[in-house]
Amino acid sequence: MKITVEFSGGAELLFNNKKSHDVDLPDKDTNWTIANLLLWIKDNLLQERPELFLQDNSVRPGILVLVNDTDWELLGCLDYKIEPRDKIIFISTLHGG
Amino acid sequence: MDRNLQKSEVDELKQDIQKLKDELRRKERLLFELQQKPLENCPYNNIFKRDEIVRYSRQMIMSEMGTDGQEALKNSNVLIVGIGGLGCPAALYLASSGVGKLTLVDYDTVELSNIHRQILHSEENIDIPKVDSAYAKLKRLNHNIKIVPLRQLINNTTVERLMKSTKYDVVLDCTDNVATRYLLNDACVLNNIPLVSGSALQMEGQLTVYHYMDGPCYRCLFPVPPPPETVTNCGDGGVLGPIPGVIGTLQALEAIKIIIKSEGILTSRFLIFDGASSTFRNVKLRKRNKDCEVCGDSPTILTLINYEQFCRSSAHDKVVDINIVKPEQQVDVEYFEKCKGTSLVIDVRPELEFKMCSLPSTINYPFTKLTKNVGGFTEFLKNQAKTTENVFFICRRGNDSQRALNYIQNDVIDSNLNVYNVKGGLRDYALKIDSNFPIY
Ligand SMILES: [Zn+2]
Repeated sequence: MKITVEFSGGAELLFNNKKSHDVDLPDKDTNWTIANLLLWIKDNLLQERPELFLQDNSVRPGILVLVNDTDWELLGCLDYKIEPRDKIIFISTLHGG
Repeated sequence: MDRNLQKSEVDELKQDIQKLKDELRRKERLLFELQQKPLENCPYNNIFKRDEIVRYSRQMIMSEMGTDGQEALKNSNVLIVGIGGLGCPAALYLASSGVGKLTLVDYDTVELSNIHRQILHSEENIDIPKVDSAYAKLKRLNHNIKIVPLRQLINNTTVERLMKSTKYDVVLDCTDNVATRYLLNDACVLNNIPLVSGSALQMEGQLTVYHYMDGPCYRCLFPVPPPPETVTNCGDGGVLGPIPGVIGTLQALEAIKIIIKSEGILTSRFLIFDGASSTFRNVKLRKRNKDCEVCGDSPTILTLINYEQFCRSSAHDKVVDINIVKPEQQVDVEYFEKCKGTSLVIDVRPELEFKMCSLPSTINYPFTKLTKNVGGFTEFLKNQAKTTENVFFICRRGNDSQRALNYIQNDVIDSNLNVYNVKGGLRDYALKIDSNFPIY
């Protein structure tokens, strides 16, 4: 299943400084959820220091997750079932001023 | 002439000049306010004077604003916290649009490294409080409004006092650290004031309005603060001036819209500006969380809490110095200066900073590169240190160099190398050895 995964707000630094990744998730018997995707990202995209991205099987505090420009909180968070061509964005919040 | 004697004389003169400048600023402000002629009443409008009508006409004739909107602005009270990269453009537009009373809070003084983005401050303002510099500029821009410059730290006491003294219509969070962001969020929720929150770093900016209508507050989105090691400040990460310029300007826009009760306010939405690709992304957020600790239906946070403890970080964006190597490995810059000619010096700053300025005959090996392959680094070290056994680690402030030293401690233990950390780093070098080295 082809989807797009994007990182911004500094989260991209953990992914070779690349903001947008077109990925092809391998077929599996059950639906792909964001929970599955996080593990897949950890094994396949993440380049360094996983603790700066993941914590307790979810994203670490301070990262906002969006599915097709909508807060994942409105879509079931970790349980959201990923559809082909979904665009999933992980935004690290900025604090500078 | 004795160098020390000359130095104390210079310091004394600098202090005297500073005092005289402060006095001059105070008197200029007084004179300026006394010389302002009160606006003459206008027989053609009951609310606005003639000059106000002319000044604001371009925005008042729009249906979105109208005379009602302009009157609401005139009667409004806005608090801007932080007069830096975001606060400067925000204050400019709010002052020029005719906000009745603008309160500016910041404790910092202007530094040369601020003014590429903090557009209210200029070269002659260096070392003076940011709020004073901002006040002077804004008064010249619009003397018809009330501007209150407050040079104070942002903490529970000062924020509570501010909120008690005035009923603000909107607060702008233009600060630079997580602890203050939670503090302002809670204070705004407890006092039921919308909070326009902006942030910027490097080429990106973010903007949203918290606690407005049925939208979320900062805690609804982020009940748990980010781990301190994931937070980067502008001093370390850098920022391009127009980025906070765009976000601060948009903060002013949202504040005006809130005051004049426009529709289309950025609540339950989050705006992400990527300056690198010149794109805006506008995303849909959750509504207010009924279980939120501060804005929920049965809140547990009823007064301000200890935010530095909650965030495990201080309420400023300055770097806190660490001390994590053995005392015998700590050397001061004076000692370093004596030995550096015959020793190996490793500068562990990022490559770009090394390129910007570096001591001659030092070798750059960035800390991040080192942590990825410690073995590779110790090999490199042993090869480089053929004619000396003394290795000095240096960086911007002396923190990363300690981290680097600790990282390799076990690997060099059985070699004959002596490794040292230069305490205070290049900053101390500039302060104590050579003032020609830039402090950034
Ligand atoms: Zn809330």
